[in-house]
Amino acid sequence: MTLVVAAGSILFIISAVAVLLFTAYPSIVSNELGFFTSANWNPSLSGTVETVNGVHRLTGSSFGILVFIADTIASSGIAVLLAVPAGLGVAIFLTEIAPRRISAPISFMVEMLAGIPSVVYGFWGLLVLGPYLFYTVEPYLSQHLGFIPIFSGPISSPGLLSAGIILAIMIIPIVASISQDMMARTPKETREGAKALGLTRWEVTRKIVLPYAKTGIVGSIVLGLGRALGETMAVAMLAGSGVQILPKSLYYPFSTIASYMLLNLGAAVTDPSGMELSAIMELGLVLLAITVTVNIVARLLIKQGFASSSENAVRV
Amino acid sequence: MSEKQMQIESERDAENHDRTEGTRPLPWNDSRVLFRYKLRRIVDKIVVAVTIIAVAIVLYPLLDILFMFFYRGALAISLPRLTELTSNLQPGLANAIVGTLLLVSISTLVAVPLGVLGGIYLAEFSEGGKWSRTYASTVRFLSDVLSGMPSILLGYVGFLILVIDFGWGFSPMAGGLILAILMLPYVIKTTELSIRKVPLKLREAATALGATRTQLVNRMSFPLALPGILTGIILSISISVGETAPLIFTVGNSDYYSLCLIHCSTNFLTNIIWYFVYSPNSYGPNLAYLSAFLLISFALVLNITARIGLRRLSKI
Repeated sequence: MTLVVAAGSILFIISAVAVLLFTAYPSIVSNELGFFTSANWNPSLSGTVETVNGVHRLTGSSFGILVFIADTIASSGIAVLLAVPAGLGVAIFLTEIAPRRISAPISFMVEMLAGIPSVVYGFWGLLVLGPYLFYTVEPYLSQHLGFIPIFSGPISSPGLLSAGIILAIMIIPIVASISQDMMARTPKETREGAKALGLTRWEVTRKIVLPYAKTGIVGSIVLGLGRALGETMAVAMLAGSGVQILPKSLYYPFSTIASYMLLNLGAAVTDPSGMELSAIMELGLVLLAITVTVNIVARLLIKQGFASSSENAVRV
Repeated sequence: MSEKQMQIESERDAENHDRTEGTRPLPWNDSRVLFRYKLRRIVDKIVVAVTIIAVAIVLYPLLDILFMFFYRGALAISLPRLTELTSNLQPGLANAIVGTLLLVSISTLVAVPLGVLGGIYLAEFSEGGKWSRTYASTVRFLSDVLSGMPSILLGYVGFLILVIDFGWGFSPMAGGLILAILMLPYVIKTTELSIRKVPLKLREAATALGATRTQLVNRMSFPLALPGILTGIILSISISVGETAPLIFTVGNSDYYSLCLIHCSTNFLTNIIWYFVYSPNSYGPNLAYLSAFLLISFALVLNITARIGLRRLSKI
């Protein structure tokens, strides 16, 4: 019985990938490698259908996903850059500094951050964060740091910066809670020995705890990255869905793979040649490949972190 | 030690000898040591301050979200808003609430039995032989892959298989099944982990008393692990309540009650936010605030129940 149950999950994943592949097949055949190397995504509106490599497509249409890949990496990169210091700061505070009385409720609140639906984050971003960035932060940045290319250019509230910040808030709980787990696994004897030698809290953290939990912390960051790469709702609400532009500054409206997929399935279905639907499914396959790879790397790192820490625990 | 160093040492000793009048020199009387000690203390204080600031920065969005949506939700709440249909002149959320409950009950009914059985298998019955071990690690790996899969991809798969190929159309059943697949890895994982937490001593004692493996599971490890399993189930329900992206392509949108399983679309709370965020109507934003308020309070209640209430029940 239980065997059958578990077999179901295998069957589902295989059939899911098979269906995606089947639907994406015309696009794979017709767009070939240009799909990855071109930045021109243009589902043509011309009514005429032509045949390329044996599959139908609209004349003048072009499908290149470079712009989505660049935007996805840019927004997730911003999120990770912001989330790592904040998440590690929280983890260090919770394991090394705060007494249990304080750390328990704060740890609960940080985990609550992970429980808030992403559409609510998007809503909050539109109501609070976006206007704040638009009227206060972005004018300041472009005025004082405008000589750096990424801070220059016309400001706009839906854009890389606002989506990056929201993504950072969403992945901080992942980074913080897993790093906290890893740091808490430092053997008591080592920690106490270091303290007895007169090391301050920061020195214990930097010289004992952080090297000890390094692998796991990197794993938590990669896991957070995986979450940011696939996040849909909040990004779709805050990205401004600009297409055709490689990100030039922090304020540009953009589209990640996931947000484009969310907003354009309806339009893709109406393509009479079926090519746009097929191309958007291939886009999905690319997202699947990226996120699955990132997640596997993250799980391996975290597993290794756990394994090495229990090994050391036995030795000490 | 070179001659020069020895000379410096002896000079310093002579100095200290003068100062301390014949007693052995104490390192903490050395001004350089004292200075470094003070510096280390200051660096430690700075790091503590930085981590506290990090915690404040991380908690600010959470508190702001909670405060804002509780405040706006309280302003927007009224009996008609909770009991009328979205289509009425005095629009309300009744059909969305019913729709969310319907979706969550379908997904829970599917995911909980499958997930709990799968978790029990992985924890208790997978050590049998080489094949079952390989099988178990494959299932574990795939369920990790599944939990890292962006939810929008599940939506696409649901759209292709359930909505189009099976011909169900936009329907609660399609959405519920996709949510169930989303919940499954969490339920499997928490079930396995909490059963594995049952101490080996108890296991050995039960086996020594002549319990079969099934008896062991039914009478001992399952009841002992139940609080942990329930925690996982409740948290996964909280995740599925807040999910939006996969449901947009599988459930659709409707202004009326729809208590059927296939061939009818329904409304749900997260869709209200997505749908009414940009609404120019006077009532639109209020519906979205109220919906966000309901979602957040639901997530809050479930999280508190899971993390605080059930932890008390746990005997292991």
